[in-house]
Amino acid sequence: MGVKVIIPTPLRQFAGKRESVDLEANTVAEALGSLTSQFGELKKHLYSDDGRLRSFVNVYVNDEDIRYLQKEKTTLQQGDTISIVPSIAGGTE
Amino acid sequence: MKESSANNPAALSKEEVLRYSRHLIMPEVGMEGQLKLKKAKVLLVGAGGLGAPLGLYLAAAGVGRLGIIDFDAVDFTNLQRQVTFGTSDVGRKKLEAARERLSNLNPEIQIDAYETRLTSENALDIVREYDIVADGTDNFPTRYLVNDACVLLGKPNVYGSIFRFEGQASIFGYPGGPCYRCLYPEPPPPGLVPSCAEGGVLGVLPGIIGCIQAMETLKLILGNGEPLVGRLLLFDALRMRFREMKLRKNLECLVCGEHRTITKLIDYAEFCGIRGEEVEAKPLDIPEITPRDLKARLDRGDDIYILDVREPHEYQICNLRGHLIPLGDLPRRVSELDSSREIVAHCRSGKRSGEAVQFLQKAGFHKIWNLKGGILAWSDEVDPSVPKY
Repeated sequence: MGVKVIIPTPLRQFAGKRESVDLEANTVAEALGSLTSQFGELKKHLYSDDGRLRSFVNVYVNDEDIRYLQKEKTTLQQGDTISIVPSIAGGTE
Repeated sequence: MKESSANNPAALSKEEVLRYSRHLIMPEVGMEGQLKLKKAKVLLVGAGGLGAPLGLYLAAAGVGRLGIIDFDAVDFTNLQRQVTFGTSDVGRKKLEAARERLSNLNPEIQIDAYETRLTSENALDIVREYDIVADGTDNFPTRYLVNDACVLLGKPNVYGSIFRFEGQASIFGYPGGPCYRCLYPEPPPPGLVPSCAEGGVLGVLPGIIGCIQAMETLKLILGNGEPLVGRLLLFDALRMRFREMKLRKNLECLVCGEHRTITKLIDYAEFCGIRGEEVEAKPLDIPEITPRDLKARLDRGDDIYILDVREPHEYQICNLRGHLIPLGDLPRRVSELDSSREIVAHCRSGKRSGEAVQFLQKAGFHKIWNLKGGILAWSDEVDPSVPKY
């Protein structure tokens, strides 16, 4: 399935400054695997050492949080948009 | 201080009717709504980029009591986005300047100034006084503290957060709705996500996100419309796009879930992996050189290679004529460096170059130092003509 992964601003520096990446994948795990094999630096920002998705990084398929779907096993449809949304803290100084 | 109208929360004075006339002639607000605003008590955490539009619009709208927590002073780098303050306010306490500006904007309202850091010790006592909290903080410990205090006290928390040209907004802690921990159970470890001071922010962005927070705050008070509950609004200013993600209450949430374990405020610095007040989680084994010592050695004619690990656009602001390799590019460009030479790495403040030094040490470089305090310290101690940014 052809899907689009939207890279959030704080992580773009680890993804060749790309705003989004188009790739082929059948599940969220495949999509993120393909993404991190293209951009190795991204891996430690998305996964903890034990290989689990970090708890301050949420992944959405279209507008639904994968934690409430089948997590990384969530299957993808042609044209789906995957959004990586990390927590950001900025506001003032 | 004018007290007359504040003393009668059940009616508007003639002056107030005139001041709020554009609200009063709207059926969605009207006299009933304006009196709700007058009776409302809103706490602003932070008087910075998000706090500026929040304070200005909520004061202008006639929110009867505004609490503001901040302990910073205004500096020149704030003026690019913190529109409450003017150039003549630089050096003053933000609270003092904000109180003056907001009182001038609307003398009818009460402003409570808390010159303190929000802590686990004082948060419940302060938050308890208000109906709604608008969170404009810039760090994870305070975000989690505000969230937990609001959940424990049952107060809605109007959330906004920004980074460079992206923003997030939502309402947490609304009855039956999710909280910040439902969205993000844990903060990132320090250093993994760049802060605003490192990452920068387009000045209008906090204006837009802060205005969204102000609008949602007014809607909560008025009880009108569809509040931003259960939805995470994502804003990308560069592409001028708003997107919305579904946000669900996490049944396993530690503070608002079915089996909650957090029933009182905790140590948020520890929770966020931060010891002390500084985010610098700097191990002690990074060799450093002070700007003065570096200058002395360069003046003596020592052969020292200056490595600048900032970004190209920062190099254009000012530089020490070093060789530029941005920190992110260092792993693949390390071959450009000669490990037999003495190398001093620097960045703006010394943080990124500290990471560069650690990386290069692991890569086998032994004659390498971090310029202590970066280009900021160089400007202070050696060459004031180098601009600080």
